[in-house]
Amino acid sequence: MTTPAQVKTPRRLGDQIFSTSAIVAGSIILAALAAVAIFLIAQSIPAFLTTSEESKGSGDAFWGYVGPLVFGTIWAAALALLVALPFAIGIALFISHFAPRRIAASLGYIIDLLAAVPSVVYGLWGITVLAPAVQPFYSWLVDNVGWFPLFAGPVSGSGRTILTVAIVLGVMILPIITALSREVFLQTPRLHEEAALALGATRWEMIKMAVLPFGRPGLISATMLGLGRALGETMAVAMVLSPSAIISFALLQSQNPNTIAANIALSFGESNGLGLNVLIATGLILFIITLIVNSIARLIINRRKAFSGAN
Amino acid sequence: MTALNIPSATSTHARQLTKNQQWATLIVSAVVSGGIFGVLMAGGATPSFNLVGFIFVAAVLYVALIVTLSRIVEGKRKATDRLATGLVVTAFLIALLPLISLLWTALQNGLPRLDLDFFNKSMRNVVGRGGGGQHAIIGTLEVTLMATLLSVPVGIMTAIYLVEYGRGRLANAITFFIDVMTGIPSIVAGLFAYAFFAIIFGPAIMFGFGGSVALSILMIPIVVRSTEEMLKLVPNELREAAYALGVPKWLTIVKVVLPTAIAGIITGVMIAISRIIGETAPLIIISGIAAGVNYNLFEGPMTTLPVFVYNQFASQGTIAQPYIDRAWTGALTLVLIVMAMNIIARILSKVLAPKGSR
Repeated sequence: MTTPAQVKTPRRLGDQIFSTSAIVAGSIILAALAAVAIFLIAQSIPAFLTTSEESKGSGDAFWGYVGPLVFGTIWAAALALLVALPFAIGIALFISHFAPRRIAASLGYIIDLLAAVPSVVYGLWGITVLAPAVQPFYSWLVDNVGWFPLFAGPVSGSGRTILTVAIVLGVMILPIITALSREVFLQTPRLHEEAALALGATRWEMIKMAVLPFGRPGLISATMLGLGRALGETMAVAMVLSPSAIISFALLQSQNPNTIAANIALSFGESNGLGLNVLIATGLILFIITLIVNSIARLIINRRKAFSGAN
Repeated sequence: MTALNIPSATSTHARQLTKNQQWATLIVSAVVSGGIFGVLMAGGATPSFNLVGFIFVAAVLYVALIVTLSRIVEGKRKATDRLATGLVVTAFLIALLPLISLLWTALQNGLPRLDLDFFNKSMRNVVGRGGGGQHAIIGTLEVTLMATLLSVPVGIMTAIYLVEYGRGRLANAITFFIDVMTGIPSIVAGLFAYAFFAIIFGPAIMFGFGGSVALSILMIPIVVRSTEEMLKLVPNELREAAYALGVPKWLTIVKVVLPTAIAGIITGVMIAISRIIGETAPLIIISGIAAGVNYNLFEGPMTTLPVFVYNQFASQGTIAQPYIDRAWTGALTLVLIVMAMNIIARILSKVLAPKGSR
């Protein structure tokens, strides 16, 4: 298309300034993300090079210090997902297909309010209301199903266990998963649904045959986004959990593996020198874990361009 | 539905439960559940009427009864359908529990100290009773305002780039990394701000501006995404009409596209602010904790409301109650601010919605 006679629009100064600043703004974001990675790496290099004598805490080398934290982070997030997922799917279906049309939007807004509550308030609630409320139930579990490894005793007297943390985290990620899967469920082609109903399917059969298969990729990515959020959640864990540096699957004991984020928040004030580098290095590991989880979620979403998560 | 109900002798499962039968089932389960908890309360097993337990047991009873009835009257498929409906509604009701409990607790524990003192006294020289969150409220306002000033121009310009200019690899990269950025844990943003300023100013740096930088890392992607969605909603005909009149592209964007989308953009910014205003973790790291009022963003530690809540709760004095009260009042203030911003944002988006697209 290089016809010499083509009229070229004059490059206006305003246009140039405006488009350049738009590009600069976009590049700032890329630069900021790169800076996050670079500065975290720069500050954590000393930690990766430590020997066992220099490192903080019990005298373990760096990886011995990080191991339980990584385990705790993933374990707590996985439990939170287990708590939140059934409810999230149920609520999303309720709002998209069961609730009366007129009030569905308001019901969705009520669930969104859960996302608006700051995490520090969740922490306060978890420790003052939830933990005492579930403690008797924990005692009962340990007494009656204590033979099951997850419910092994001795039971925590305060209720500040990893299961309580998982419930709080589950409540916090519930609105994220719900919002996204609701959007996906609503995008099920009307004709698929009506075809199923016309064939005599009940509403549940229609959902099983048309809505859920259509929404599966969206559901998976919503789950991954929720997982990413649960991995990085700090204050609720820091306030509710009674932590120690162990690897343990037990749900109801007073000794629980801590998470990376909560550990940083709790020990940052008292650390200096190499201790800070170690904490920043754990932050870097958390960053990488969430980056991987979120990228997978985004790749699944981007394969189906129609819906997007952040809004 | 009853009009469509063709009475047929050939099908054995054509009968349906009527609305009245369903209501009767609900009432029966409510009465039974109420009876159980009433007896428990009268017998002294529970100190007061257990409302949560009552609703839960009633719901379970209702689902069990209606499924059994439906199995007998309507057949297996209908029964499964009713079970699914029951479970889905129960899931929604259970999800409301934490919200109601949280708001109720915050109101109950926060109201006693929600007085004038809380808003015009700081924690300087306060041990035990008294004091307030004035310094934290000022800190929150300054840090959040600064974060907004940092993020909104960058966010809106990036969205303009993505919608109006962006083609090719740079735009794809920016879109992808904005999605990735939405998932950065808040504490990592705080660590980044610390690592960044520690290299410039030396270790143990604590000031409010660092908190603003950390918060804007969290805020920019939200602003970009919401603005982008809004700009995409602006009809192309408007742009083409402007071009046809010879208006330069940048003036088209400034005078036509942005005014059309402004309501949605403002809503998006307000929702983004309401997200970051409750952030605690990054501010503990980079902004620190101060007992007194600090107006200077660039020097000395600066407390914000969430950090104040955490600090009051985490380091209680010998008499714990005043500290816990202050924490809850701070939490209540925070929840009220966030919810008010959310609701105002929704109302604004309804009121200011572009004409014609309603």
